[in-house]
Amino acid sequence: MTNKEILEQVEQVLKEELDNADIVVTPKTVADDIEEWDSLANIQVIIGLERKFGIKFTAWQVNGFKNVGEICECIQSAQG
Amino acid sequence: MNFLQLKKNAKKDFSKYAHTRIKVAVLGDTPTQLLTTSLIGYGFEEGVSFEIYEAEYQQAVREIMNASSSLYSFDAAFIIIFFAAEELYKKFALTPLSKRPQFAQKQIELYETLVAAIEANTTSKVILFNFWQVPDNVFGNFGNKTQYSFTYQLRAINMGIMQMAANQKNLFVLDVDSLQNQQGYNARLNKAVYVNTGIVTNPDFLVPVAQNITRIILSVTGRFYKCLIVDMDNTLWGGVIGDDGIDNIQIGNLGIGKAYTDLQLWIKQLNQRGVIIAVCSKNEESTVKEVFEKHPDMQLRMDDIAFFAVNWDNKADNIRLIQAALNISFDSMVFIDDNPFERNLVRKELPEVCVPELPGDPAGYAGFLQELNLFETASFTIEDTVRNEQYKKEAERVKAKQIFTNEDEYLANLDMKAIVGRFNSFNIPRLAQLSQRSNQFNLRTVRYTEKDIEALATDSNYMVFDFSLKDKFGDNGLVSMVVLKKQENGFFIENWLMSCRVLKRSLENFVLNTLVEHAIKENVLLFTGEYLPTVKNAMVKDFYPSLGFIPAGNNLWQLNLNNFTPLKTFIKERA
Repeated sequence: MTNKEILEQVEQVLKEELDNADIVVTPKTVADDIEEWDSLANIQVIIGLERKFGIKFTAWQVNGFKNVGEICECIQSAQG
Repeated sequence: MNFLQLKKNAKKDFSKYAHTRIKVAVLGDTPTQLLTTSLIGYGFEEGVSFEIYEAEYQQAVREIMNASSSLYSFDAAFIIIFFAAEELYKKFALTPLSKRPQFAQKQIELYETLVAAIEANTTSKVILFNFWQVPDNVFGNFGNKTQYSFTYQLRAINMGIMQMAANQKNLFVLDVDSLQNQQGYNARLNKAVYVNTGIVTNPDFLVPVAQNITRIILSVTGRFYKCLIVDMDNTLWGGVIGDDGIDNIQIGNLGIGKAYTDLQLWIKQLNQRGVIIAVCSKNEESTVKEVFEKHPDMQLRMDDIAFFAVNWDNKADNIRLIQAALNISFDSMVFIDDNPFERNLVRKELPEVCVPELPGDPAGYAGFLQELNLFETASFTIEDTVRNEQYKKEAERVKAKQIFTNEDEYLANLDMKAIVGRFNSFNIPRLAQLSQRSNQFNLRTVRYTEKDIEALATDSNYMVFDFSLKDKFGDNGLVSMVVLKKQENGFFIENWLMSCRVLKRSLENFVLNTLVEHAIKENVLLFTGEYLPTVKNAMVKDFYPSLGFIPAGNNLWQLNLNNFTPLKTFIKERA
């Protein structure tokens, strides 16, 4: 999967889990940029991404995502 | 349904809906916000607006033990206590090894203290979560063989909670242990999320949790399913009886037949527990009955079925027929049918009837229905086991009635005898149950728990009467209850309710005659009754005027006993 495809799918998961079809993300987007993306909704996002990509994030990753770009990198490396 | 859907529901403007409002307090030792969201969202699905008080987490014990806490000023109808096994584990691990065999007992003592404190401070019902299994394998399988293991102590706690609940009428248990079994440990817990947030439940796991909490609450408040209506061909057995014949339908221990046998065994147990079973099938009645009578592998037999609606009419009409024969409301019925056409027809014609979308594979029928947990109940007495029999008798009465053109002649012919009861310990569970189950013939819809009734029994300001009715077809059991409250100017009828099974039998008249007799003995000469409308009790809107009460304003009605002439009744009192 290319970086662009991963980013698109991450955006899709965010739209679904945060229930807002207008969400647009770039690798630089952080949770604070999106109103619905609070710490509780983040749990939905994490589990939604795991489901979508068939992967498991580690506790370190869940703890440390700086921005959407890092999420995409984790997905990329988890998928090998 | 998933968490996302519940979250969307929770954002709706509940003030726009005419929902039942129920106040619920949620207490936990891990964060409970997602649980609260799920509960509000699931309530929307069931037409309930939950008003929630959420204690700050880990403040549960403090709030419960403090009589002036905001928990108590909130005045919840239900207090939900959710202690997580993960937190319990930490406590266990810090307990000195020598004290671990008593760990469960100490925990149960704590829960008993909490429940007692709640009881002392409020009339709230308590819903206590049990504990899901957290296998630590410190002892491996040997943990089942030693009291020093967490496995052993956790299971002992769950057993202890069941014993507590069996003895405490106001305590209900949410069986999250079973829910985790059903959904799976990994569906319940995401370790990476837990480590970062302390949250022990994945959002989607909270859907069945919220569903089950709601079912408990609704059943306690009198909303639950009483009757299961089943299709026959390809639902109770494989194949079409009319085409395949009795020798060729699939049922029993061979092959696919097992799926249907499993479902029948489950239905049979529901029936034994007091759920009424009716049949709705497009067939010749005699063909279907032959299967019930003669097929060696049938688990359900003629005696288990309260009513057969077997003919070629459409199923919605047949469910109406069942409704009329058994005299129960549509919203207390569940209808199962393998055929999507029939399911949709019934949903469209009778939207109040619950029609589960069965899976395509019959092997999944029983498991699917079990997971839905449609038959939650708030009580069980051994008398429930004869309920099916009573409804069957009722259906026979309906048939017999068609022979008599004259209603009075029919009633006189029934040879009805009533027993007028005052308190005894045997009747208390039945009275509580009747007050929870009766929705239609219920003048003020006051729900009494067993505890409430025991309290009324010792209160000299109250008189409670109950009525059991027998006739030549059989015993209807306890069917009516009246609570009178002494006031300065006479008796106020705090509640009057009756099972709809015995409507139009002149029992109301018999009851009033009896009440008047007792009142006059006590030198009371005025009855005041009140009708409080609900969505279900329109049937008794004009009940008091029909008995000769005169309007006294504000839904109040009065009857002067000075010039009371006994009303016509076909019921004799049996000593």
